[in-house]
Amino acid sequence: MAYEEVINGLNLKDTELRLGLPGTQEQQKQEVSCVKSNKRQFHQSNDENNLKEESSPPPAKTQIVGWPPVRSNRNKNVSYVKVSMDGAPYLRKIDLKMYKNYVELLKALENMFKFTIGEYSEGYKGSGFVPTYEDKDGDWMLVGDVPWDMFSSSCQKLRIMKGSEDLASL
Amino acid sequence: MGLPLPSKVLEHILSFIDSNEDRNSVSLVCKSWFDTERRTRKRVFVGNCYSVSPVTVSRRFPKMRSLTLKGKPHFADYNLVPDGWGGYAWPWIEVLAKKNPLLEEIRLKRMVITDECLEMIAASFKEFKALVLVSCEGFTTDGIAAIAATCRNLEVLELRECIVEDLGGDWLSYFPESLTSLVSLDFSCLDSEVKLSDLERLVSRSPNLKSLKLNRAVTLEGLESLLRRAPQLTDLGTGSFSAEFEPEMFSKLSKAFAECKQLKSLSGLWDVIPEYLPALYSVCPGLTSLNLSYATVRMPDLVGILRRCWKLQKLWVMDLIEDKGLQTVAMRCKDLRELRVFPSEPDLDDVSVALTEEGLVTVSRSCRKLESILYFCVQFTNAALVTISRYRPNIKCFRLCVIEPFAPDHITREPLDEGFRAIVEGCKDLRRLSVSGLLTDKAFEYIGKHAKKVRMLSIAFAGDSDLMLHHLLSGCEGLKKLEIRDCPFGDSALLEHAAKLETMRSLWMSSCFVSFGACKVLSQKLPKLNVEVIDEMYPPESRPENSPVERIYIYRTLAGPRLDMPEFVWTIHKNPEVGVSNLAIK
Repeated sequence: MAYEEVINGLNLKDTELRLGLPGTQEQQKQEVSCVKSNKRQFHQSNDENNLKEESSPPPAKTQIVGWPPVRSNRNKNVSYVKVSMDGAPYLRKIDLKMYKNYVELLKALENMFKFTIGEYSEGYKGSGFVPTYEDKDGDWMLVGDVPWDMFSSSCQKLRIMKGSEDLASL
Repeated sequence: MGLPLPSKVLEHILSFIDSNEDRNSVSLVCKSWFDTERRTRKRVFVGNCYSVSPVTVSRRFPKMRSLTLKGKPHFADYNLVPDGWGGYAWPWIEVLAKKNPLLEEIRLKRMVITDECLEMIAASFKEFKALVLVSCEGFTTDGIAAIAATCRNLEVLELRECIVEDLGGDWLSYFPESLTSLVSLDFSCLDSEVKLSDLERLVSRSPNLKSLKLNRAVTLEGLESLLRRAPQLTDLGTGSFSAEFEPEMFSKLSKAFAECKQLKSLSGLWDVIPEYLPALYSVCPGLTSLNLSYATVRMPDLVGILRRCWKLQKLWVMDLIEDKGLQTVAMRCKDLRELRVFPSEPDLDDVSVALTEEGLVTVSRSCRKLESILYFCVQFTNAALVTISRYRPNIKCFRLCVIEPFAPDHITREPLDEGFRAIVEGCKDLRRLSVSGLLTDKAFEYIGKHAKKVRMLSIAFAGDSDLMLHHLLSGCEGLKKLEIRDCPFGDSALLEHAAKLETMRSLWMSSCFVSFGACKVLSQKLPKLNVEVIDEMYPPESRPENSPVERIYIYRTLAGPRLDMPEFVWTIHKNPEVGVSNLAIK
């Protein structure tokens, strides 16, 4: 009994979004037991045409959340970042080290505040929500402007703005 | 009916009864016994912080000196409970600070505690002696500093596997020079370096210090210096046990260890290099507990230590010990009671270590007192399980994690049903069981029928249908905690055996096929249960009633639905008109 079928009831391949020519087998680490689709990774430039995948895909691996059942707080470097959303009454706190890239972070924010964000490459237009962050220098930036590692080490606060006039001010 | 026992006499009798299980029985005899018991209970244990309100507990036990609380469900350890679920210490501390100012000890497990909370503890309890936080989070080292600075009679400060925002090592310097009462200090989960001189002075002025667990940042030099000042230690957690090998350091270290003639328990040993291991040889013969789960030492370097630990009762180690190392354990550690073998490479595909089921079989055969097992292994066999059960009918805790989900017996390719059958049939005193590998509904028929004393059962990736849950809930007479993930059962067994849930502390189900509709029915049927639906993707009412929900946590409670839930947790209200609510109070 293949566990893929049991765990999510869907054939992962069917729901996988990926780049590449039809018929090519691009293999990436996927998380199961909470279905996530493979959106394309954010890249280091704003260049919309720069849609290359990672240069050498790692061998196929599946990672099940919380399995094997070993405590994973061995990465104990925790620093909570406050997250606010315009119009939402409560602040949330997240640990940026829980996420490996922008895709995971934005997905988590979407889940947290129950909304959808647009695409970074389109300036997040479409949904009316714009994720921004305050960096170490106190400047407010658009989430996705800098490479992930730079972002995660300099982000002090996150704010999900509403409305397009705020975007113009960034 | 004879003369009633004078309450003073009863009080005196009760002063000899420590076990809360016994005290709970006493309190059921009659009203006056209930009353006398409650007025004399000093140590209070609450297994689920949401099962009862702080005010109720505070009122019932006015002489409380020690409170133990547990918050999040066990599967939170494996990241299955989203951040923000709950388990806040604040409501408890707030009440206790006002009503039970003589409280001396607080022990929390899987709870969220803030710096404000820690400050309140420090400020409110003048006789405060002991703070033990296990797998807690939400605080920074500033909160710890507050405890250190203010609690003048502090004896115990233990932070075990907590997630702490580490603002630096200054917190240690907040212990005043006048504090000489320390008995136990555990800061192993903190990252920042503390000032060695502060630590040395603290240790030097703590003649009662018996247990010291350092963090990784403490060097070998630091360790040596501390050991010289505290040769009376019985329990030591080293810092990083690594440095470039220097004969002088080695001999200093060996000498320091040799002076620790009362050392019974050893842990830490991060990054240990094999060349330094012999420095521990002098303490090995006295050790009853050895935790090598952070030591990435491979075979055969481990043998030297293992064969000298002939009094060992508890061994925690990584699978790097391999079957060979377990043979040494089997031969030399005849007093072994508890064995835990952790995976060194938790990745499913990356296992290249010579640890098989044979290792556990060997130990089970030779170590007659072995009663508690946690074993991670790539694969297993029914034959091995049967052998283990035959040799060790005295096993009380059996947790097997076959790392590959749905892995069958690797020789016969059969499910592991018969193996676990032998375990539950043979080990009649089994209290805790975790199963894994390929299991059909049949396995659960055996478990339901024979695991009469099992209190806690953990299941993942197993079974075929609702029958598995039916077997468990119609059997397992002693079941108190059941946690299940990724199993293919739906609503029917759960609804059929709903009444059983009131005899249990809690039930966790995630990635199964239980529907929102069933949750509503359960909640209406059973007023004493909180039925919590935890779903980060979809509010339960946004989908059809028969669609499965992500996670369900059901627990019995006297306190009604809780009011501190985040957006992704819904409690089904008893009043069907109120429906589903998600009351969140900041």
